[in-house]
Amino acid sequence: MSIANTKLGGLVAWIDERTPLTATWKSATRLAGYYAPKNVTFWYLFGTLAIVVLVSQLITGIFLTMHYKPNTSLNESGIPLAFASVEYIMRDVPWGWLIRYLHSTGASVLLILVYLHMFRSILFSVYQKPRELTWLLGMAIFIGLAAQTFVGYLMPWGQLSFWAAQVIINAFSQLPFLGQDFTIWLRGDYVVSDATLNRFFSFHVIAFPAALLWLLIHHVPHTVKDIRYFLAFLIVCVAVIFFRPEAGGYFLEYNNFTQANPLQTPQHIAPLWYFTSYYSILRSITYPLFSIDAKLWGVLGMFASMLIFALLPWLDKSSGKTIRQKGPIFKLALALFVVAFAALSYLGTVPTDPQRLLLAQICTFIYFAFFLLMPIYSRMDKPRSNEGRGAR
Amino acid sequence: MGSDEKFDCGRRRLMAAAAAAGSVAGVAAATATLIPFVASMKPSEQAKAAGAPVEVDISRLKPGQMMTVEWRGKPVWIINRSPEMLETLKKTNAKVSDPNSERSLQPNYCKNETRSIKPGIMVAVGVCTHLGCSPTANFRKGVESGIDAEWAGGFYCPCHGSTYDLAGRVFKDKLAPDNLEIPPYKYFGDAKIIIGEETKGA
Repeated sequence: MSIANTKLGGLVAWIDERTPLTATWKSATRLAGYYAPKNVTFWYLFGTLAIVVLVSQLITGIFLTMHYKPNTSLNESGIPLAFASVEYIMRDVPWGWLIRYLHSTGASVLLILVYLHMFRSILFSVYQKPRELTWLLGMAIFIGLAAQTFVGYLMPWGQLSFWAAQVIINAFSQLPFLGQDFTIWLRGDYVVSDATLNRFFSFHVIAFPAALLWLLIHHVPHTVKDIRYFLAFLIVCVAVIFFRPEAGGYFLEYNNFTQANPLQTPQHIAPLWYFTSYYSILRSITYPLFSIDAKLWGVLGMFASMLIFALLPWLDKSSGKTIRQKGPIFKLALALFVVAFAALSYLGTVPTDPQRLLLAQICTFIYFAFFLLMPIYSRMDKPRSNEGRGAR
Repeated sequence: MGSDEKFDCGRRRLMAAAAAAGSVAGVAAATATLIPFVASMKPSEQAKAAGAPVEVDISRLKPGQMMTVEWRGKPVWIINRSPEMLETLKKTNAKVSDPNSERSLQPNYCKNETRSIKPGIMVAVGVCTHLGCSPTANFRKGVESGIDAEWAGGFYCPCHGSTYDLAGRVFKDKLAPDNLEIPPYKYFGDAKIIIGEETKGA
């Protein structure tokens, strides 16, 4: 053991003499010299697990790219090549079904982990001074992942792939001045078409993964290595992949097993579960305000609901470092927010009607109130002093 | 640095000017480098050319029937509205947000009560003006339609619940801001319509 260590040390020294390997590792990532907090708990695990899943996505992605064809032209049976190549991976490529399910399930699992990671950040107020930049980098990763899953979802060229891209790209057309030109530039066409699929493929396999990795290197301060948790996590993931890879339509929607038809929208469309809360907010804003259309408000609300997390370091004025030290008002507000987020997520998966619309509007109000009223209620709160830990 | 050193002010100004000019040239070069990459993502000549008019035979379209054709990658509906269906437009007049199509997109020769050249034949781009889904035709009436008791027939967008009447006019308090777009079209005899070509002199 010690001999191996010496030899390895010799090798590192040999490389360090020739290139700044160790120095680069220390300066480029914070993994090497950043001390982990003492109170690392179960809640700190999700970020590390998310990295594991992200690596799995990169590897499965490499193998899917070997068989996938980003091409909307029809084959001799009248099926778009992109759609047909995904079916080919599922049926004809040896173990292709497993690699594809690992990739599609991995996307949902990654988002579950990211949401839990964000929730623990609010629980422990990790974004407070001096970690504002780490939080902002993390938010950039969250938005990057949302963009990555969005462009990735177009790849199978199914009905929901097509219509999700149609709706979200059109949402940008609402932005003032250049909105309409921007959407045409983004699609590379006047409708979602082959040009759109090809550029989304390019973003999905090159541009976004590269950007995400760069952000990740600068964001991650430390990792948690606990083999018991990893095993438990892997068992759950493998069970889902083998027994419920579509998760009842939540991880892979049934309508997406139908090829894209630009002339007909499916009777019911909804994004995948991790976007349904923002989608509910888009649908729930139906009143014009200050002579601006309800349409623009809905779109602004949807984007704002994702971006508003970035403001947390400046909104949270409470002094408690963890949720235990925070006062009852903050705990109540966080509980209400979690309920509203879950309710919006559910409402986004079902068709809307007047009662559901009202419920979504109430939840949208709670969602934004949680953030916008935070400077007020977090100051009003009486933090529980805890023998020098909470008090400053 | 010694304070008694003499500065060559002329040379210093030259250096400053050179640095400024260099920065401007650098920014200009960076912008110039970006242009081809950004521009390469705009619609290609091929995509721009793919907008040929479409000729449709409507001789077999009976009153109350509807057909869909593809024009510029979008669904275009042709509906043969019966006199009874046209009658409903008077009732919906008060319930739609832009009854006279003032802010909606249509050729001038279709800016009328029925939003069409011939009152019976309706031609419209079947794309919701909210976020671009294609609404579903629902010609049943009242409760049976599943929409509301006063529904007189029209179109329902499954994405965000906007509704349109039988002239493609959007109902009030819905997410869609405008009526359905009417494309340019013209008659070629009585039985054929050419979508994508303007009616001249109308």
